Amino acid sequence: MSKEKHHPMESWLRMDRIPHIWCPGCGIGTTLTAVIAALEKIEVNPDEVCVVSGIGCTGRAAGYLKFDSFHTTHGRAIPFATGIKLANPKLKVMVISGDGDLVAIGGNHFVHAARRNIDLTVICVNNFIYAMTGGQVAPTTPLTAYSTTSPYGNFEPPANIPRLAEAAGAVYVARWTALHIRRLTKSIVEAIQKPGFSVVEVISPCAQYYSRINRLGDGLDMMKFYHQNSLIKHMEPTENLDIQYQEQIIVGKFVDRERVPFTELQKEGCN
Amino acid sequence: MKANPKDVFSGTYYIDGDVACAYGAAAAGCKFLAGYPITPSTEAAEAFAKLAPQIGAMFIQMEDELGSIVAVLGASWAGKKSMTITSGPGFSLMMEGIGFGAALETPFVIINIQRGGPSTGVPTRTGQADMMQARWGSHGDYEIIALSPDSPQESFEFTIKAFNLAERYRVPVMLMSDECVGHMTEKVVIPSASEIEVEPRRFYHGPKDQYLPFKPDRDLVPPMVKAGEGYRLHLTGLVHDENGYPLLDCDIDEVNQKSTTRRLVDKIRANADKIIEIKEDSLDDAEVVVVSYGITSRVALKGIEQAREYGIKVGSLRLVTVWPFPEKRITELAHKIKGFVVPEINYGQIVFEVERCSHGKANVVLVPHGGAGVHNPDDIFEAIKQVAKNKEKYEGVVEYRTSLERLIFG
Repeated sequence: MSKEKHHPMESWLRMDRIPHIWCPGCGIGTTLTAVIAALEKIEVNPDEVCVVSGIGCTGRAAGYLKFDSFHTTHGRAIPFATGIKLANPKLKVMVISGDGDLVAIGGNHFVHAARRNIDLTVICVNNFIYAMTGGQVAPTTPLTAYSTTSPYGNFEPPANIPRLAEAAGAVYVARWTALHIRRLTKSIVEAIQKPGFSVVEVISPCAQYYSRINRLGDGLDMMKFYHQNSLIKHMEPTENLDIQYQEQIIVGKFVDRERVPFTELQKEGCN
Repeated sequence: MKANPKDVFSGTYYIDGDVACAYGAAAAGCKFLAGYPITPSTEAAEAFAKLAPQIGAMFIQMEDELGSIVAVLGASWAGKKSMTITSGPGFSLMMEGIGFGAALETPFVIINIQRGGPSTGVPTRTGQADMMQARWGSHGDYEIIALSPDSPQESFEFTIKAFNLAERYRVPVMLMSDECVGHMTEKVVIPSASEIEVEPRRFYHGPKDQYLPFKPDRDLVPPMVKAGEGYRLHLTGLVHDENGYPLLDCDIDEVNQKSTTRRLVDKIRANADKIIEIKEDSLDDAEVVVVSYGITSRVALKGIEQAREYGIKVGSLRLVTVWPFPEKRITELAHKIKGFVVPEINYGQIVFEVERCSHGKANVVLVPHGGAGVHNPDDIFEAIKQVAKNKEKYEGVVEYRTSLERLIFG
């Protein structure tokens, strides 16, 4: 018999919880690979990394990563992470959650953590749909796209996450698809190193719910679509980053600016 | 363990109940407060915001109560004693976080300065109508501890008590104060640190890779660790096992065998005798017993005094701990007395607990109040008189028609 094979990232994962729940063709696994690769690159002490997730498919990320990891209630990843960060500012606190969790139910926390410039790295996996609950319309579902609760096509204008993040005060904002793994990894490195509130949006294929109801093929078909339709435009004004149904997706780094993080302001304020 | 002298602002003060809570939190070692301004609790947050830099604590005014309570949970897991302060509408928003905190067995304190009425209610005036919400407000099975102060001095003392219980049992503890106590200004004596007992957080010290965040070691309560110290702990609001891992693909037997839910309930029920504190007065030969809590117990004193002057043997049982409820003591008394009189600033909450524990052995009379003010002590006196004179046995709770209600509704 051959030697037992090991995944090269095993030491970063809770192997006692594998297999994971994600479907074939999903982009969340790829996103986690990028997160781990980024953490390996910056040689952070893994004991000082906290990962906080909310509810949903991406919300399960905290359950597989072998850091201090917190699977919170729906929408509350950012305030939980805020509590950890303020109570112990030396920790690297990452929030990994979905578009529904961060932008809909947790939208208010997203806006205000960005405004305060809490030093958090937010990885927002955007699959255009509520997948864990079976494919309902999301705050990011493109106009005309079908979902189980937009059975005649979505008529709600979707959120532009980079624009929201920039307007609220984020210091670092990037968007990649799950196909752009090296660029995504680089952005996550930059986001972690950036003091303040950073947001990396990851456009991710939902090959089960979003794809099936809209007849977009399997995960590979969706990756091919990203390959053909992603346009890298760094520093593109975020107002141009709306996503239309099955049209070009602009990716890149859009915001990289300096603002004093909350904890430093607070120190100065009290003295 | 004694309190840290740096956290204790010893002296004699003339302050309100809200501010006294902030001093109590400081003395208890609270190092993190996240809150959202809401009448009539705001003064407590303001006072703590002022004290925070002096005691090395963090204060943050969050965007809402949903965020406040969850930030408190995060800070508690990062190793800080934490709390939040609110009133009715904010308390409603916090229910999600209370259930989450109970499920994660997170020690923290919530101060609820109750206002009157449902919804936005009467923000600047008193009420005691959140008592059942405190007990049952979040979904699913869990237990909490709730205390009820009747003065600024007790607001100070019970806040410390609340932190001690939270750390002792790894549970959310609620200080169910009210607008009247919160805004009442009285003398408050803050003793020296050496006179204040503070429960330190019980940390796990074994091998890092063997830590199980939900494995109890004493009184059904597990020891804790801090985030960032290499334990690589995992916490989830999903029903979980000792390791903190969710029980998703298990059969019914396995879920029930491994889940911590049963213990969430048992750790409070099994330790109820240690947790419960009541103040009793003249119960030995009492025919009638007034059961009260918070501001109402102070108002009731006058009614009780009137009744004694009138010649009725009336005793008083004051709930310091409202939850868990002193079931055994109420049952014991029910066998000996004619009836209970329960004044509360609501249309019947704790009175139903008294009735449940009376098992039909004693009459139970509610003296209700719709909020925005406190009872007229004459009503409590009249209700005591009624119970003392009555020879019939009633089923269920009988509502005493107060002078206020007679005035309004005829």
